[in-house]
Amino acid sequence: MLSVRSLEAGYGRARVLFGVSFDVEPGRLVCVMGRNGVGKTTLLNTVMGVLPATAGTVTFEGRDVTRLRPHERVRLGLGYVPQGHETFPQLSVMGNLLVTLEASPHKDPGALDEALEVFPRLKPLLKRRAGFLSGGQQQQLAMARALVTRPKLLILDEPTEGIQPSIVQEIEEAIERLHASGLAVLLVEQYLDLALRLADRFFILDAGHVVRAGGAEELRGEEVHRLLAV
Amino acid sequence: MEAIVNQLPIGLSIGAVLLLIALGLTFTFGQMGVINMAHGEFIMAGAYTAYLLQDWAGRQAVIVALPVAFGVAGLMGLVLERAAIRHFYGRPLDTLLLTWGVSLVLQQAARDLFGAPNVQVQAPSWLQGGIGILPYNRLFIMALAIGSVVAVWAYMSRTSQGRRMRAVMQNRQLAAVMGINTGRVDQRTFFIGSGLAGIAGVALTLIGPVGPALGTYYIVDAFLVVVAGGLGQLRGAVIAAVALGLLNSYAEFWTNASLAKVIVFVAIIAFLQVRPQGLFVLRSRALT
Repeated sequence: MLSVRSLEAGYGRARVLFGVSFDVEPGRLVCVMGRNGVGKTTLLNTVMGVLPATAGTVTFEGRDVTRLRPHERVRLGLGYVPQGHETFPQLSVMGNLLVTLEASPHKDPGALDEALEVFPRLKPLLKRRAGFLSGGQQQQLAMARALVTRPKLLILDEPTEGIQPSIVQEIEEAIERLHASGLAVLLVEQYLDLALRLADRFFILDAGHVVRAGGAEELRGEEVHRLLAV
Repeated sequence: MEAIVNQLPIGLSIGAVLLLIALGLTFTFGQMGVINMAHGEFIMAGAYTAYLLQDWAGRQAVIVALPVAFGVAGLMGLVLERAAIRHFYGRPLDTLLLTWGVSLVLQQAARDLFGAPNVQVQAPSWLQGGIGILPYNRLFIMALAIGSVVAVWAYMSRTSQGRRMRAVMQNRQLAAVMGINTGRVDQRTFFIGSGLAGIAGVALTLIGPVGPALGTYYIVDAFLVVVAGGLGQLRGAVIAAVALGLLNSYAEFWTNASLAKVIVFVAIIAFLQVRPQGLFVLRSRALT
């Protein structure tokens, strides 16, 4: 469903990605792993169109989206939860969800309830300003907000980073449930044990190259540990 | 004492005009961070719109001109944003020079079209006279400013377009990856902000003559209002505009026009020394 071929991108003259290729098949959960600074977030930003690809292609459901703008990719069914539990801080929790719903192609208010079913913890907070939520609550809001667009592929950038442990558990379960319901997921994750629990497929980035790819069983090995160790 | 009281409606109506101009700037400057020096010329365009409409609408031109000037100035802003400013986002200095150039071109265009001498717009007869020391034309300007503030507030906080606009202002990149067409929001923001300048221009025809340099008298003060009020803050703009209008007119009354400007600038500089962030600031966990 998502097919990335020989993707290159960077910031100004500094290249970060050197010909990255991978696929996400329908209903699969694919995990991107790698140390800090190897280009994981850059890869997701390029897939979403926040950063322009300098070479290579991104194809989604058979359509070349490499040159589309981010909001056009969202309309096609890509849902993105960026790193660092970002919100619109001055809007209420409901405002955050509504503004996304109103920009979505379906505009069906039922999507709000669906998203809140996945994250029931948000229900009593709907009137609160998003900027005043805790990090964990903001992360759940960010995920719920992406779900409101009814994405076909959910892209998550380190959803558990810097989140209190009690909520990490909930977020992990939510990802598991969404995946089980048939949603395809592209997940960036630093922690091997979490990746092992969740992922169908994985690939490891190092210095802008895909250095390993495969199924979960192949994640257990000395070499993999070496690639992920700090 | 009587003279002091008489000066009050003058100061308040100048404050109201500044508020109308600053309202437009809270959109383009306060929220998008674009220093648009041509904003003053949108005021001038609004005023000349009222002047031209006199041929058709006679003494009611000012009323007819309100929506028309909003559209005219709004479209000018939209064209400027699409044709030039959007290519300079994130480059404030270049934008400043660019829009300054546009401002000079527009002033010269007005001179060529309407002549260098000032022209006069006849106020509707029902705006002549007044209650006690309050002239109707100045009351009308204050009502116009209050109405515009309420309309802007309602638009920003009660409509889906306003919500989208706030989302883009608070986190542009996030808005884009949430499916919001940020380019279209920018266009709309510029249209409304510039349109409000057109309305301010119509208001100005009620208290003075119209000339090609009309906008330049007010634009700097309006930027000061936005900065002193706190960027993108409606409350702050209201308070700062009224304060600046009053300070301006009383300083002018007691001294003279040039010294009054000095007093105003010194007051603003002193204020910004104490509160560089302006009267009000956006505050939340995510922004700290």
